[in-house]
Amino acid sequence: MSAVSQGTAVSNGRFTRVLIHVTLLVFALFYLLPLFVMLVNSVKPLGEITGGNMMALPKVWTIQPWLEAWSTAQIGVQPTGLRPYFINSIEMVVPAVAISTLMGALNGYVLTKWRFRGDTVLFGLMLFSCFIPFQIVLIPMARLLGLMGLAGTVPGLIFVHVVYGLGFTTLYFRNYYAAFPTELVRAAQIDGAGFFRIFTRILLPLSGPIIVVTVIWQFTNIWNDFLFGSSFSGQASQPMTVALNNLVQSSTGVKAYNVHFAGAILAALPTLFVYIVSGRFFVRGLMAGSVKG
Amino acid sequence: MARETALDLRTRLQEWIPKLVLAPSVAVMLVFVYGFILFTAFLSFTDSKILPSYGLVGWHNYWRLFQLPTWSLAIENLAIFAALYIVICSVIGLTLAILLDQKIRGEGMLRPIYLYPMALSFIVTGTAWKWLLDPGIGLEHTLHLWGWTSFHFAWIKESDFAIYTVVIAAVWQTSGFVMAMFLAGLRGIDNEILKAAQMDGASNWNLYRRIIIPQLRPAFLSAFVILSHLAVKSYDLVVALTGGGPGRATELPATFMYSYTFTRNEMGVGAASAVIMLMTIAAIMVPYLYAELKEPK
Repeated sequence: MSAVSQGTAVSNGRFTRVLIHVTLLVFALFYLLPLFVMLVNSVKPLGEITGGNMMALPKVWTIQPWLEAWSTAQIGVQPTGLRPYFINSIEMVVPAVAISTLMGALNGYVLTKWRFRGDTVLFGLMLFSCFIPFQIVLIPMARLLGLMGLAGTVPGLIFVHVVYGLGFTTLYFRNYYAAFPTELVRAAQIDGAGFFRIFTRILLPLSGPIIVVTVIWQFTNIWNDFLFGSSFSGQASQPMTVALNNLVQSSTGVKAYNVHFAGAILAALPTLFVYIVSGRFFVRGLMAGSVKG
Repeated sequence: MARETALDLRTRLQEWIPKLVLAPSVAVMLVFVYGFILFTAFLSFTDSKILPSYGLVGWHNYWRLFQLPTWSLAIENLAIFAALYIVICSVIGLTLAILLDQKIRGEGMLRPIYLYPMALSFIVTGTAWKWLLDPGIGLEHTLHLWGWTSFHFAWIKESDFAIYTVVIAAVWQTSGFVMAMFLAGLRGIDNEILKAAQMDGASNWNLYRRIIIPQLRPAFLSAFVILSHLAVKSYDLVVALTGGGPGRATELPATFMYSYTFTRNEMGVGAASAVIMLMTIAAIMVPYLYAELKEPK
């Protein structure tokens, strides 16, 4: 699935080419519009939004909405700003991504280099689990987390994200390792190298790209998750998406649109940052989850 | 003799290690995915209200589910949403991919712009579009200020049209991704065939209609599968964009399941709706995954 930067052999006239460029630019504006509106209005005083034009640049520039969104805005009942929830999300994402990626790598290794009867069926079951509507597991998971004493905690959320992330991480590593020469593994085995030695010395050093793809995919998915976050977190363990939604939907007082926009950008910032610095891997991850690589 | 047994044991252990390594994941999957599916399916046949309870009531919950106007509305909305979402995303995705494929100088700049919404949470997308579509401060208000005072666009406040605003926001988020899938497909097409057809005098229109688009079948299939499963699972976007409203106008199966299970204390009915959602997705995914895995690698 390498995107070769070479266009089609189809050629067009001058007029058509102008038309094509215009269409592409119009679409670019369409995709940029919401981001532009959020950015511009997050640095305006509230009066300029309610009384003015959302497309206009601020007359008075202010970072007050950002400060408010970060540290003093009312979320639920407390005026804590989004900061504690941002930290919750980080505390949730880092271990969940690390554990699910490591397990996915080992699973992929076993499923391609140590094949056994029925391994494809097991993989098929794991793969299907990526696509289930998670509503089907909400009720028993809520009960189980309660029984385990993990209801409403960050470790509970980590557990949930590891469990339901395994399918995808396994898929990524399995497809990647499938293309890796099995003869190398057999040769190392004959030389007396064991299961873990082969993994750490031969496969892992060559797994850089797929690790990046998997980490980005998991990071984006878990950071952006809302369903599990809203179902299984307590007031103190809410992730960023849930807190943002509470901030925006809260019906008390005047709607501080500029603070909402700043909050939305804060919630989007980590994944946007990852996308900007490693967009290539991000796209590869999306593709690997859909089209066979 | 003793040494031989030790060696034997070691080899046997080596044989077991791979299975032991895989075992936790398999166990987790069997319990938390398939076990939980069975448990929810079981609950859908019980009289569970606020908590799971185990009095069997047969098909009663399913019967009740399909009597509920809210559920019918959710299904209807899903049908409208999924159909429009899939079709519009595919059309925009294919159009953009074909246009980008015409040796465009700014391709490297444009592609990331089309794709970045995919990195955002649906909550962020919903928040942004909620205000953009709000007649009081959004597009309508802006166009009024720009002098087009008769412009009226308040779908998000109108019960009959609110579901279409969900389509707009969802298309904005995912169409770039569909573009990337089609672009990858286009880049895989052999240019020699196109050149030969061009020499035979085929027009561009015919090239695309007869040769190029038919070769994108795998990309169409993947797009359909991904988009339809995203549509059935849609939850966050509706919560952030419309909150299921105005009234219950944008209720979808996912929001229905959540509210019946956790706020209306009708767990049996909620479980039944979750089972229906799973069946819908399984009907799409199982044949697709089966075909993907069956092919020799």
